[in-house]
Amino acid sequence: MRAMSRNDLLLFLGFSAAVLLMPIWMQPFGAAYPDLLQRFMIFAIFAVGFNILFGLTGYLSFGHAAFFGVGSYAAVWSFKLLSLDAIPALVFAIVVSGVFALLIGYVSLRRSGIYFSILTLAFAQMSYNLAYSVLTPITNGETGLQLTLSDARHLDAAIGQSSVGQPVPTLLGQSLGGFAGFYFCAGFLILAFFLAQRITGSPFGMMLKGIKSNQTRMNYTGFNTKPYTLAAFVISGMYAGLAGALLAVTDPLAGAERMQWTASGEVVLMTILGGAGTLVGPVIGAWLIKYFENIFSAINDSVLHRFFGFLPDGVADGFVAVTSKFVGEGWFLTLGLVFVLIVVFLPGGIMEGVRRIAGLFNRSRPSTTAPGKPVRQPQPAE
Amino acid sequence: MTTPNVVLHVADVHKRFGGLHALADIDLQVEEGQTHAIIGPNGAGKSTLLNVIIGKLPPSSGQVVFDGAVLTGRKPYQINQLGIARVFQTPEIFADLSVLHNVMIPALAKRDGAFKLNLMRSLDSETAIRAEAEHMLEDVGMHSRREMTAGSLSRGDKRRMELAMCLIQHPRLLLLDEPTAGMSRHDTNTTIELLKKIKARGMTKVIIEHDMHVVFSLADKISVLAQGRIIADGTPDQVRGNPKVQEAYLGGAHA
Repeated sequence: MRAMSRNDLLLFLGFSAAVLLMPIWMQPFGAAYPDLLQRFMIFAIFAVGFNILFGLTGYLSFGHAAFFGVGSYAAVWSFKLLSLDAIPALVFAIVVSGVFALLIGYVSLRRSGIYFSILTLAFAQMSYNLAYSVLTPITNGETGLQLTLSDARHLDAAIGQSSVGQPVPTLLGQSLGGFAGFYFCAGFLILAFFLAQRITGSPFGMMLKGIKSNQTRMNYTGFNTKPYTLAAFVISGMYAGLAGALLAVTDPLAGAERMQWTASGEVVLMTILGGAGTLVGPVIGAWLIKYFENIFSAINDSVLHRFFGFLPDGVADGFVAVTSKFVGEGWFLTLGLVFVLIVVFLPGGIMEGVRRIAGLFNRSRPSTTAPGKPVRQPQPAE
Repeated sequence: MTTPNVVLHVADVHKRFGGLHALADIDLQVEEGQTHAIIGPNGAGKSTLLNVIIGKLPPSSGQVVFDGAVLTGRKPYQINQLGIARVFQTPEIFADLSVLHNVMIPALAKRDGAFKLNLMRSLDSETAIRAEAEHMLEDVGMHSRREMTAGSLSRGDKRRMELAMCLIQHPRLLLLDEPTAGMSRHDTNTTIELLKKIKARGMTKVIIEHDMHVVFSLADKISVLAQGRIIADGTPDQVRGNPKVQEAYLGGAHA
């Protein structure tokens, strides 16, 4: 096995640095608190895995939140029955969501295109409704599955460990609160990104791209495409399970709402917004959507008044009245508009925009000495 | 029973689409190393016959035997793994991928079989496959275009690349569905030269073609199909002199 190519290595190192330094560079954006950063990591893992199925293989699943939810439930059950340690919980969650994905994928992949999407949506909604009804003994219904003092925790009991007070997940006895939790999740995002990078650059990844490009040719070229698509489905299901389990580690309460179709739709939006089929795109999409959800929704009229404070009163009121529709509860409106603009003008997502800008720079470099357009003076605000 | 040097035997094949008898009583033997052309006016059933051979359409009765193995009922990928490659009338290529990758994928199918879960291997480390693909592209005169996206190639280049995708698998039988359809005279001649080069290597081919120039410059044996039946069979000279063939063609679109 040869080492990674130089470009791959640079991308990986750059990505790792950006992730690990997030508590610093997110500060000016007001998002540098561990709770939100953990969510950035978790949903980026979810989107990176989803992209293996959607971006590489071309199969649009509308039910991936089911695997996310299954991962959460499995992790919480591991906390309850085995140990408060995070590692067995993650392993258990990945295995369970993988098996679950194998079953759902086996049936759904008998169809492609819109029928595949509908089948995955149907399975996910079925899981969501079952979690609320007949599966209540496993999911604890609407209350959600949570940890209690009386949980068995056989592994912990075997080594004579007992927790005092409200049980919380740990890593080798260390607490995973605050930034420790963030770095724990960041480590898994970097690992998830590395694996996705390897898969994309492998012969297997090339076959997935071939399936997306022309499945007929793949068949007449001697490939049995079914196991390829199923493997991609299971891998992305396991990524979703890992993400769901990490969410349970940071907040050990699993509820059925994370399996709802809106959650499945969200990961589709993340991937398309960032750039389906690219490695970094889904991560950026995930971060952007979680940022909007948490930061834009928290902006209220008084924040806006302060922001427009430099304007005369009447004008400022006007600006606040208009912009307040796009923040706070209206953050969906902003997100929707951004999404529409990107899909219309940059069908390849934000990454296509990045490529276009890079292309402009490369083209304009030789002509930097040529007389350019007159530089516009920045106009002071009226 | 097939004689040892018969590679492909289409045995008594019928194909009906509802009331339409698209193929009737087709019995065809393709010998090793030969180029066997199937010609006929539009609607004679040529493409249907090819689709029955490759497993895309099941025959209503009869069977297709390749090298002792019955093809009928097998899936397209299994038929390819037995050693049959196909060039389509409209090139079936990976339009989003580079020309080089288009040719590397079939080489990987040949080496790794129908499925292999090699997730952690790097495609960049497949130097042997890459060298093989580059060599094949040189062979068809497309090496300088290897980094281009396949979808942006001209039609003639797409066809040549598709041919390279088939040839890299060293198939025992190559099926060509109108390999010069929609090509300029120049592209047609380049393709004929290329096919002659392949023929010199002793590859068995079944070729469906409208263009008589192409057929008579390449074929060792010709079967003439009209209204779903083989009306004549033999060497190019035999077929050329056959009155039934002349009648079928004069009655059809081709004067």
